[in-house]
Amino acid sequence: MATFQLRLVTPDAELFGGPVVSVRLPGVMGSFGVRAGHAPLMTALTVGSVVVTHENGDTELIASSGGFVEVSRSGVTVLADAAERGKDIDVTRAEQAIGRARAQLESGEAVDYDTARAALDRAMNRLKVAQQASDDR
Amino acid sequence: MATMRQIRSRIRVAKNIQQITKAMKMVAAARLRRAQDRVQAARPYAQNMRDVVGRLSASSSDDIADVLLQRRDVARVGILVISGDRGLCGSYNTAVLRLAQEVVVEYGADRVQLYVVGNRGMAFLRRRMSCPTEQLALNPNDIRYGDAAQIANRLRRDFAEGRVDAVEIVYTEFGSAIAQRPRRLQLLPIAPDAAGDGASDHPIFEPNPQVLASELLPRYLVTQVYSALLESIASEQGARMTSMTSATDNAGKMISSLTLSLNRARQAAITKELAEIVGGAEALKG
Repeated sequence: MATFQLRLVTPDAELFGGPVVSVRLPGVMGSFGVRAGHAPLMTALTVGSVVVTHENGDTELIASSGGFVEVSRSGVTVLADAAERGKDIDVTRAEQAIGRARAQLESGEAVDYDTARAALDRAMNRLKVAQQASDDR
Repeated sequence: MATMRQIRSRIRVAKNIQQITKAMKMVAAARLRRAQDRVQAARPYAQNMRDVVGRLSASSSDDIADVLLQRRDVARVGILVISGDRGLCGSYNTAVLRLAQEVVVEYGADRVQLYVVGNRGMAFLRRRMSCPTEQLALNPNDIRYGDAAQIANRLRRDFAEGRVDAVEIVYTEFGSAIAQRPRRLQLLPIAPDAAGDGASDHPIFEPNPQVLASELLPRYLVTQVYSALLESIASEQGARMTSMTSATDNAGKMISSLTLSLNRARQAAITKELAEIVGGAEALKG
């Protein structure tokens, strides 16, 4: 099957780089898939899961918390604010983060609501992706 | 000539110092390796970010009017200076602060707002420069992307709200453990790299170039601050390792030359005692 180069980079590391068959991305305008030969596109990403399909048909889940994607003729580049492979996510840590964010939201203390809300979204996304990744196995 | 006791105590002091410099050298070497890895790891993102920003500004037909791209007459300029918290790292702080001083003088101190990272820079610039100086707190042993975001957001606010009309950064570029170079770079307004390749692709922008730019440009700014921070930290550790290596070597040289004079002094004392005994025996013979 036709493949294309996918690169997924975060500020701290290059998380993924290699040929893939397709990738599903959480765009701000909705989730969308990319296969080889896609028209050039630039869009922002929201918190969600990135699903990569490898040449051998295996899929891999990556939790991503927002960023950008550029689809060009030479391949797809994802600039994620933060990302973690599904199988590497620490479920306990994600659950703790959810607890912390919930507590902050409910206490209604002088925290920035949007910041706390975003932290909650990110933690819940990580947990979801981790669970999906372990279901797949 | 120093007495043997004086020489011995000087050897002891030199040995103590050598132990300290050696320990500092090892710590700096370990930190340098970590800092170097992080500089390397951060490069792909920074590079891709630069490319994407360049292509976005090159390929969107209608001009993007983002505040971060706005060129104004420069009445006030913000300068972000990145220095270290501690000394004993060769010319690292001196070099970057000298450049910062030059930049301030170039604009004229009455037009400058300084933002300083690092205690060394803060102490030096506050004393020397008459312009408003503000320190931005940072833990240099554990730099995170979030720290860079905080600094970048601060600069962005000051620029967007017109407190400054341009922002420059003065930091140290990391070449290798022995080569670091102070550097200045314009942060705001953002001047995208003109990207040649792919500019003719006319990509689809979702939702539209304007919204994309408003999301992308702040992140671009953070990335630039982040790489400057990482490079500066690596430079500091590199400079400290180099200077502590030569300090350790120098202490070693000092110890061996002191040992030599100690041995000479001991020989001289023995010879003197022998001469006295021989002299005494001769006198008794009478």
